[in-house]
Amino acid sequence: MTTTYAVLSEGLEKRFGAVHAVRGLDLAVAEGTVCGVLGPNGAGKTTAVRLLTTLLRPDAGSARIAGHDLVREASAVRRRIGVTGQYASVDGDLTGRQNLRLFARLHRVRGPAERADELLDRFGLTEAADRPASTYSGGMRRRLDLAASLIRRPDVLFLDEPTTGLDPASRNRIWDAVRDLKREGTTVLLTTQYLEEADQLADDIALVDRGRVAHSGSPAQLKALIGTYAEVVVAHADALAKAAAVLDQLTGAEPSFEPERNAVGAVTGDPTLTLPRLVRELDAAGVPLLDASMRPPTLEDVFLRLTDRKEAVA
Amino acid sequence: MSALAYDGTAMLGRQLRRVRNNPALAILTQTMPITMLLFFGYVFGSALAMPGDVYRSYLVPGLLVATAANGIMTGMFQAAQDSHRGVTDRFRTLPMSRAAVPLGQASADLVVTAAGTVPFLLVGLAVGWRIEGSALQATAAVGLLLLFRFACAWVGILLGLASRSEEAAGQLGSATFMLPLLSNAYIPTDRLPGWLRTLAEWNPISAVTTALRYLFGNSPVPEGAAWPVAHPIAGSLAWCATLIAVFAPLAVRRYARGER
Repeated sequence: MTTTYAVLSEGLEKRFGAVHAVRGLDLAVAEGTVCGVLGPNGAGKTTAVRLLTTLLRPDAGSARIAGHDLVREASAVRRRIGVTGQYASVDGDLTGRQNLRLFARLHRVRGPAERADELLDRFGLTEAADRPASTYSGGMRRRLDLAASLIRRPDVLFLDEPTTGLDPASRNRIWDAVRDLKREGTTVLLTTQYLEEADQLADDIALVDRGRVAHSGSPAQLKALIGTYAEVVVAHADALAKAAAVLDQLTGAEPSFEPERNAVGAVTGDPTLTLPRLVRELDAAGVPLLDASMRPPTLEDVFLRLTDRKEAVA
Repeated sequence: MSALAYDGTAMLGRQLRRVRNNPALAILTQTMPITMLLFFGYVFGSALAMPGDVYRSYLVPGLLVATAANGIMTGMFQAAQDSHRGVTDRFRTLPMSRAAVPLGQASADLVVTAAGTVPFLLVGLAVGWRIEGSALQATAAVGLLLLFRFACAWVGILLGLASRSEEAAGQLGSATFMLPLLSNAYIPTDRLPGWLRTLAEWNPISAVTTALRYLFGNSPVPEGAAWPVAHPIAGSLAWCATLIAVFAPLAVRRYARGER
């Protein structure tokens, strides 16, 4: 079976004057999957979404969204997508209900009033339906945004940082909504700065850095890319150097220290390096070992390694 | 075209609903000319060579047109507010007519202005202004006034979409109150020095004001004025047609392109 891609872009470029915001973006999102576009601030995530949702015209490159050419068939693309972001929001001067009815009308939905009520109910906004959207809390506002982009059951939903600035409860509601959508067969492309969000929701992750996709794959593949993190805790600080030397010899990777915990660790890609072997080697070298562990790297480790950043974004 | 009509009507409804949800701003902008009529009519009017009631009668059409010219400011402010709020970007991602958003804004503005004209004219009647021509001519005067407002709204929408921020739009917009000062809206232009008179009479506000004064039968077309004032109806129509023909397509294009 061949994969059908809901989003397929090749070499998308966008400049704003001297700023080369997106430089050759290649993205492939299989139909019915959730793709997390992960990257630090300024990596070009938002520009990428604005390009893919017809809000900006690319300077070069091409893309097909739900089978339609992004530039030549922009209005067909617009019929198949939903967009929610810091920019594509709702009208604060209108009530929640008025907003959804308006968007339903603009989408040529039959029975705009019914569709609006249905979505208000689904996102728990019925009680607040007749208040101006400007009086909504951050979480309610984001749910209304999301409802507005689901008016016509889009084939592809773009969510630009859907949970930035939300409290955990509101964030979980949005996450649940995304999972529901995926279950219904909607393809979702979401950008996020939160590694946990990508890990929780995404089938595939595109790590974006400096305007292009630096790496992509499933969270497990990305983690496998950088190997396993072996960490040992020693009885006293004097033993750290000796433990580091053993780790260096076993992994060939530069150890990283956490002196306040008397811990030192290193990443290894060697499948023969197991926990018993690690412990044996350390013991043989006379390291006073208190604890040793081997854990798969977190997305944060991946992020730090693959984007060359000094620190993680979240 | 039917898509534009449908989407435009939806956007007109949106703008009117906004006014209904938050009527304070509309009421404020619509009562402003009444305040100005009373101030100018009684404070300035008492210092002018013209008798007060004659001046107030002269002032009513002038203030109507000056208020219509404020459509630039209102249009700018609303367009800038919308485009920086992000709801405009959602509209851009919808499969709707590209012209519907600015058209809806300009049409809603027209409805609000038409409604605001009624109380203003009632106050005008109370301070001595009368319709001295035929009913048909008076209707034509109101039609011309609204056409001019529509044209000004498009100028404002383009400037609003092109402005960097809401604040910038607000500042530039408030500068438009100067426009009627250099016209015959408040004072006759015939005693201005030559070049200033020419400038004032080529101000579109002057042509439309003269046309209204003529159609309401308040005062005759002045002698020896520049062409748009000497032929006020043709001059007004020409100005409105030019403004709409230039600014409406530019505003729609600017909106559709959407890049700042």
